[in-house]
Amino acid sequence: MVILLKIVIHLLAGGTFAYLFLLIDSGAFGGDPVKDIIHFTGKTAINLLIATLLVTPVVKFTKYGQLNRVRRLLGIYCFVWASSHFATFAFLDLGLDLSLLSTELVKRPYLVLGFSSWLILLAMAITSTQAMMLRLKRRWKQLHQLVYLVAILIPIHYLWSTKSEWIEPSIYIAIFVGLLIVRHQQIAKIINQLNSKVVA
Amino acid sequence: MLIRSKKSSEISESSTTPESIYLQRREILKGLGIAASGLILPGAAQAGILDYFSSKEEEVVADRRRKLSATLNPAYQPDWQLTPESKVLTHNNFYEFGTGKADPVKNARNFNTEPWHIVIDGEVDKPFKLSMEELFKLFPLEDRIYRLRCVEAWSMNIPWVGIRLADLIKRAQPNSNAKYVAFETLHDPKQMPGQSSRHIGGGIPYPYVEGLRIDEAMNDLTMLSVGLYGKTLAPQNGAPIRLVVPWKYGFKSIKSIVKIRLTSQQPPNTWNITNAREYGFYANVNPEVDHPRWSQGSERFIGEGGILSVSREKTKMFNGYADEVASLYSGMDLRKNI
Repeated sequence: MVILLKIVIHLLAGGTFAYLFLLIDSGAFGGDPVKDIIHFTGKTAINLLIATLLVTPVVKFTKYGQLNRVRRLLGIYCFVWASSHFATFAFLDLGLDLSLLSTELVKRPYLVLGFSSWLILLAMAITSTQAMMLRLKRRWKQLHQLVYLVAILIPIHYLWSTKSEWIEPSIYIAIFVGLLIVRHQQIAKIINQLNSKVVA
Repeated sequence: MLIRSKKSSEISESSTTPESIYLQRREILKGLGIAASGLILPGAAQAGILDYFSSKEEEVVADRRRKLSATLNPAYQPDWQLTPESKVLTHNNFYEFGTGKADPVKNARNFNTEPWHIVIDGEVDKPFKLSMEELFKLFPLEDRIYRLRCVEAWSMNIPWVGIRLADLIKRAQPNSNAKYVAFETLHDPKQMPGQSSRHIGGGIPYPYVEGLRIDEAMNDLTMLSVGLYGKTLAPQNGAPIRLVVPWKYGFKSIKSIVKIRLTSQQPPNTWNITNAREYGFYANVNPEVDHPRWSQGSERFIGEGGILSVSREKTKMFNGYADEVASLYSGMDLRKNI
C-alpha cells in the first residue's frame, strides 16, 4: 500500500517536471517564460511542503502509521522543487550574476525569507538518511523541527513577492496557519524549551 | 487555450492566403521556432514540437492586424537587436486581460476595438473627439525603434508605429492652466475580464489611469503608438492606441486609451494608487534607485534565443534617453520623486 503511494508520489512530483516542460514547449507561458517558470517551480515546492506537513495530522486522524514512511520522500521532492525555484531565479532571471545574486539575497526581505527557508530545507535533505539520523541523535529532531519555521517564512515570502495579488497568498497563509495549529502542543513545547534555554 | 487542431475537412491555410502574407506568417513561425528550440528536448519529444508548430499556425489565422504605412524617422533607428515579434506579442503586462505574462494574448483575442474614439478635453480651448480613421487621416505615422524597460527589470527593443503625442495635444490648443496630461484606458468589464474579476485582474483599481507632466507629454520622444512591426497593434499590446514614453518604466505607457485630459493638478496613476511605496508618479528609469524588492541596476534583455540564452545588461539612466530628457528634471531629487 505504501509502496503504491510512493509510486504515485514519484509520478506526480516527478511528472510535474515533464508537465512544466510541456507548458514551456506549448507556448502556454508566452514568448518569454522566465517569470512563469519561477512561479511554477515555487508553487510546486509550496504544495509539496503542505503535503509533507499533512502526513503527521493525517496519521493521527486515521491511525494509519504506515503513512509516516512517505514523509521523507515528500520532503525530498519539496527540496528538489525549491532548489529548481532558486536555480531558475539565479540562472534564468539574474543570468547567474553572482555579485547581484549575493547582494539581492541579503537586501530584499522576501528573498531573505526564501533563501533562509531553502538553506533549512538543504540541511534537512542532507541529513535525511537513516545514518545521519542515528549520528545526530537528539540534534536531528531539533534540526528537523525547523520545518515549522519554514512553514511560517514561506507563505510570507510568497505574499511579499507579489505585486498586487493577495488572494492566493492569503489562502496559502491560512493553510499553513492550520497546519501549525494542529501542532500547537508540540510547537508550545519547542517554544518552552527555547525559553528555558534563554533564561538559563 | 489558443490551440485548436485542424479538422481534415478544412482547407489548408496556404491555399487561401496571399503568398506575401503567408510568407510573413512563416517569419513569425520562425521566430517562435527560435523560442521553442531554446530548450533542448530528448528525441521522443520532437513530435510534440511539430504539433506545436502546426497549432501555432492556427493561432496566426486569428490575427486581425492590418499593415500600416509609415515613414521611417531616421533619428530613432538605432542599430539594435530587436526583440522578436513573437515575443512582443506573447509577453505582456495588461492586467485587464489577466496578470500572467501569457494571459493577455489569450484573453484579449476577441477584444473588439471597432469603433474606437479618443477624446481630448480638459484645460484646452478646442476639445475634440476622434475616431481612429480620422486620427489616421490627420496625423502622419512614423516608425521609431525604442527600448522598453519594464519596472520588473526586463526590457525589449520594439519598432513602434505612431504619432507624436505633442501633435495631438497642440491641435486641442491647451490653455495656460494645462500643467499635466491625464490618460484613461477603456473601461469595459464585459470585454476586459480583469476589470470584473479581482482574481483575473490582480485587484488594481480600474479603469487604469496614468499621467505625465505637460513638458514630458510634449517631448519629442513621447509617442502615441498605433502599431508595431509595421502592423496595427494587437489587442494584448494595447490596441488600438497606446502611450509610449521610452525613458520611463513600462507601466507609464498606458494601453487602449479612450481619454486624454489636460489638467492643472497632478493626475493620479494606477500603480501609485495601488502601492505608493513601490511606484511613483514619475517612474523614470533610474539604475541608482532600486525597487524595494529588486535591483534596478541591470535588466534582462528579451532578445532572440531561448530561455537559456539569458542576457543581463546594465540599465542606463533614463533608459538611455538622458540626452533628450535629463534637462526636464534638473534640480529635482530623483530619489524622492520615484
